[in-house]
Amino acid sequence: MERMAYRLTAPHPAGGTRRQAIVGVVASGNLEVLVERALPPDVCSVEVATSARGFGPVWEAVVADFVARRAAGGLRIAINDSGARPDTVTLRLAQAVRLICAEEP
Amino acid sequence: MAAEVLVDFIQAVIRPGDRVCIEGDNQKQADALAAALAAIDPARVRDLHMVQSGIILPEHLDVFEKGIARRLDYSFSGPQSGRIARLLAAGKIELGAIHTYLELLARYVIDLTPQVALIAAVSSDRQGNLYTGPNTESTPTIVEATSFKGGLVVAQVARVVERVPRVDIPGDQVHFLVETGKPFHIEPLFTRDPAAITETQILVAMLVIKGLYMPYGVRRLNHGIGFNTAAIELLLPTYGEQLGLKGRICTHWALNPHPTLIPAIEAGWVEQIHCFGSEVGMEDYVAARPDVFFTGPDGSLRSNRTLCQTAGLYACDMFIGSTLQIDLQGHSSTVTPSRIAGFGGAPNMGSDPHGRRHASDAWLEAGAQADPATPAPMRRGRKLVVQIGETFGERNQPLFVERLEAVELAERLGLKLAPIMVYADDVTHVVTEEGIANLLLCRGADEREQALRGIAGYTGLGRQRDPKMVERLRQRGIILRPEDLGIDPLDADRSLLAARSMKDLVLASGGLYRPPGRFRNW
Repeated sequence: MERMAYRLTAPHPAGGTRRQAIVGVVASGNLEVLVERALPPDVCSVEVATSARGFGPVWEAVVADFVARRAAGGLRIAINDSGARPDTVTLRLAQAVRLICAEEP
Repeated sequence: MAAEVLVDFIQAVIRPGDRVCIEGDNQKQADALAAALAAIDPARVRDLHMVQSGIILPEHLDVFEKGIARRLDYSFSGPQSGRIARLLAAGKIELGAIHTYLELLARYVIDLTPQVALIAAVSSDRQGNLYTGPNTESTPTIVEATSFKGGLVVAQVARVVERVPRVDIPGDQVHFLVETGKPFHIEPLFTRDPAAITETQILVAMLVIKGLYMPYGVRRLNHGIGFNTAAIELLLPTYGEQLGLKGRICTHWALNPHPTLIPAIEAGWVEQIHCFGSEVGMEDYVAARPDVFFTGPDGSLRSNRTLCQTAGLYACDMFIGSTLQIDLQGHSSTVTPSRIAGFGGAPNMGSDPHGRRHASDAWLEAGAQADPATPAPMRRGRKLVVQIGETFGERNQPLFVERLEAVELAERLGLKLAPIMVYADDVTHVVTEEGIANLLLCRGADEREQALRGIAGYTGLGRQRDPKMVERLRQRGIILRPEDLGIDPLDADRSLLAARSMKDLVLASGGLYRPPGRFRNW
């Protein structure tokens, strides 16, 4: 298991009011993403726990693009990864942000 | 002729050095005749020149290993891609060229006319009239070229009957028959199990429908055989319907009877489909839909590869298909040093026909994007040629490469041409999960390269992009991302597929589609 943590300045604050959201599953080639509205609106943190070792630079790039492109400000994100490809990670992160931007039911 | 004397017969009628076609492409195979040819004595017949669409069965290569055949001109070798690469490297095969189907069939009437054609049909009557069933495929063209130029046509049929259900090949073009007692071998190459479609593939399919089919209004098209295009087919009745596109896109097809198109056909999306061949299990479904498919007086499908390839070339506005490798100019190839799968129809479908003279909105719009300076009446349209894939493909191999392995292979084998599937100047768009790159709008090699890097995701080449230039290309609409098209990532979910399993496809067909055993997983 490899662990990585990133804390970035986020240009776009997350919309909506929902406190947390979860998408994905921990299964081979897939990942689980937990997002919580827990930080100042201009900050996003991402913690990764992955079974695939040695992909640090790719994670760093995926996370940086995600925070730059999506409304991720104010979110604390925890990822449990089982060797998902970068395209799956990008899709799950986009889905998580999309889920949390709903209004609190 | 009796089946017991088949090997002796073949040995007697074929001369050393003859040009021989064993019928077979990506679907039906003259398997009994292929086995007989591979069993003849190389001391008596050798150095044959094989001119055939497919290298599919082990026997197709056994003849080279045994020295019965020496020279090869062909199109497709998917199932034998590893072995053919080894035999080529070992010098056992003298390769003429790897063709597209239409190209090789064309050479049958110019400089590669077969002296002997070994063909396959379902049944024959006593006059030799042949019934091919739904898999007519290339048979009429092979027989035409061989029989009318003094060659010999030998047909294998499962049964000789009093009266054939319909005449696909007139008996006076067929010279010898062997009754095998069993159907010819056939591959279900166009069956894709919806259960294996990923969410990323669904996202890419949404990009294609909303970012290409909708703005160009693509009504006449051909799809490749991969999971990406299967996902598009399964999204038409759901996502396509939501976008209000029914009747405005995907109405006329050059396509085999893909099982994954059943939900769209049943939802009334499709007006007409002409087929290269058939697909195992689709016979009854096709026979029940003569309003959509071309069928004969016997009720079953009539396919014709030569005509359908011509239709793909001249009467379709778009080809979209998967590939293995794309370089930074946009050349695309499915060859790796250890696997040579050949082409089949892709380079023909995936090319811009300069002989086309009729207009359509999609064709004119593509032409205008490529060449805005020329006045409209003097401007050629462009066929839309789209390569689609995920940035990391099978076994996590990157789709984008600095140099195609096809080039390396050509150098190693001393080929005059690298086996490029689609040339860069024919490709108009490349689509990955990161977005669409519109190469028609690019001005110059630099823009093309950055447009491709800009959708290459986290592959090595994607990460080395020039971010500023990529952003400028995006502002000019040369790169379109899912968010630019308003695509909701939550929609990239398997619940958006009109069928999620083989059983769903069977149900959608009203029980008429009968998948082959290997796909019956419920």
